[in-house]
Amino acid sequence: MSEIADRRSGLAGTARHDRRVVFRPDFPVLAHMILPGARVLDIGCGEGDLLHFLQRERSIDGRGMELSQDGVNASVSRGLSVVQGDADTDLIDYPNGAFDVVILSQSLQVLHYPRLVLEQMLRIGSQAIVSFPNFGYWRVRWDLLLRGRMPLTSDLPVPWYDTVNIHLCTILDFMELCEDMNLNIEQGLTLDRKGNAKTIGKASGRANLLGEQGVFLLEKR
Amino acid sequence: MTIAKKAADGSPKVPEDGASAGGEPPALTPTEHVFAITEDQPLTLDSGGALAPVTIAYQTLGELNRDRSNAILVCHALTGDQYLAGKNPATGRPGWWETMVGPGKTLDTNRYFVICSNVLGGCMGTTGPKDIDPSTSEPFGLNFPVITIADMVRAQKRLIDSLSIEQLFCVTGGSMGGMQVLQWAANYPEAVYVAAPIATAARHSAQNIGFHEVGRQAIMADPDWHGGNYYAHKVVPKRGLAVARMAAHITYLSEAALQNKFDRNLQDRAEVSFGFDADFQVESYLRHQGSTFVDRFDANSYLYITRAMDYFDMAAEYGGVLANAFRTTSTEFCIVSFTSDWLYPTAENKAIVRALNAAAARVSFVEVESDKGHDAFLLDEPEMFTTLGGFLQAAAIRRGLA
Repeated sequence: MSEIADRRSGLAGTARHDRRVVFRPDFPVLAHMILPGARVLDIGCGEGDLLHFLQRERSIDGRGMELSQDGVNASVSRGLSVVQGDADTDLIDYPNGAFDVVILSQSLQVLHYPRLVLEQMLRIGSQAIVSFPNFGYWRVRWDLLLRGRMPLTSDLPVPWYDTVNIHLCTILDFMELCEDMNLNIEQGLTLDRKGNAKTIGKASGRANLLGEQGVFLLEKR
Repeated sequence: MTIAKKAADGSPKVPEDGASAGGEPPALTPTEHVFAITEDQPLTLDSGGALAPVTIAYQTLGELNRDRSNAILVCHALTGDQYLAGKNPATGRPGWWETMVGPGKTLDTNRYFVICSNVLGGCMGTTGPKDIDPSTSEPFGLNFPVITIADMVRAQKRLIDSLSIEQLFCVTGGSMGGMQVLQWAANYPEAVYVAAPIATAARHSAQNIGFHEVGRQAIMADPDWHGGNYYAHKVVPKRGLAVARMAAHITYLSEAALQNKFDRNLQDRAEVSFGFDADFQVESYLRHQGSTFVDRFDANSYLYITRAMDYFDMAAEYGGVLANAFRTTSTEFCIVSFTSDWLYPTAENKAIVRALNAAAARVSFVEVESDKGHDAFLLDEPEMFTTLGGFLQAAAIRRGLA
């Protein structure tokens, strides 16, 4: 997939670069957060790989929203209910409490209005799952602190002039936003590239240094 | 219930209901039928009146299964007809949705029982203004009641009931066909398992009403129209109807499609004639479109059907909120639009998607990249076939048809 197509897909970092890729190591971690049969909306669902996985593993009643038409068309061809839409503007069309879980996987950092989208997610869903590349990860800090260069890591593989990421944050930043928005963190995990999950305990500073990705299950207080 | 059968012109075999002609692959053989609404149960109309008798001409392809669960109703567009696949007996040309319907195609006649009926007000066998008004024994002309999209759908529902089909597996169609799909889903949600409205809108825009009015005025300005009573004068308002068709045809294409097809190329000449002949290929093409149209379409039907489309505004029927039309629906939707369609642009289709989301309905939406304008839904658009095919296949599995 080209850089341009990548941008259209609205996915960055661990974006699917190939139609054959149908599994990401974080899928089982996300699946564990979702009850069987749940009504799930996946925002930025790409070609529907996660929805497909969750339907198989959790028998969810899944819907998707995706910015790129290629992703939408591929999803619908697979029999998934997916609409073309922009998370920044189109979530407003969904009614309150329409879903049990709303997922924003690896797309938080490409949104124009991440805070508003989070609010919308917890308006239309009882729970929200958000995953994002952690800008506090030590390799990121290393690039900036010692090399004086914009970070390039497996989660942030695109150079600064081409990246779609506009709202990067660290795990601590995100937790502060949740506090500010009065959201309960039901679960907070860090993930490495192989999908190994670690609970973010009291030592959130340590998780912020060592976690490549953050995954959060959120509820309104 | 009356189901008569009649042979199409030039069609040597008319298979029995549900059975196929001997030796022919069953799905390849469209069969023609007529259903009659009789005076004892007239068709009620939105305008307040009722109409009977009403004849509905329809075509079927494939076979209805034992559970009567594999039926697909295809709703045709403004100037379409029931001849969606196979040879059209009126024109001798292939059916209008030959790209979509047939054995192994997206609407696979080996698996599904495909039904397509001529709309109320039409001129291909279903009762319309050119037919005899029983109260006067003359053609209806302008005495035909003004009909709506909901009236057309009410007539189709009577037909589907007569076939003892409780739930259609799918209702689909493009343009005005898509409007009927939406009306079906709103008025008879339990009778529609999945719905696929294509290149359509939940309301007719001012621009679209404007285009239709140009067409109607062209017909009515033709002296041969005779206030709609041209039947008695043994003439047809050919010039007016042709102009209406020419103007409408431009709206079915796109600037890019016209440019690619014709540019400023001249027709059978090296230079312009300094006159008003069809110097340009695009003029010649439109004149041809107009002149062939008048041979197959009734001018008054054109007036009535365009009016039905103009009156279409689904939100207005539901307190101004389109989502209310689908509040309790369990129907699953797949909506398709085309990038270069400026008659029913993506924005109009997305308004339907938004309403369905607001009603928490299951909905998919794809915008297909095409430079062919509104007519793209009739043409070879592989992306449309794969997405609709995937959507139908998933639904067929859930419905136990796959």
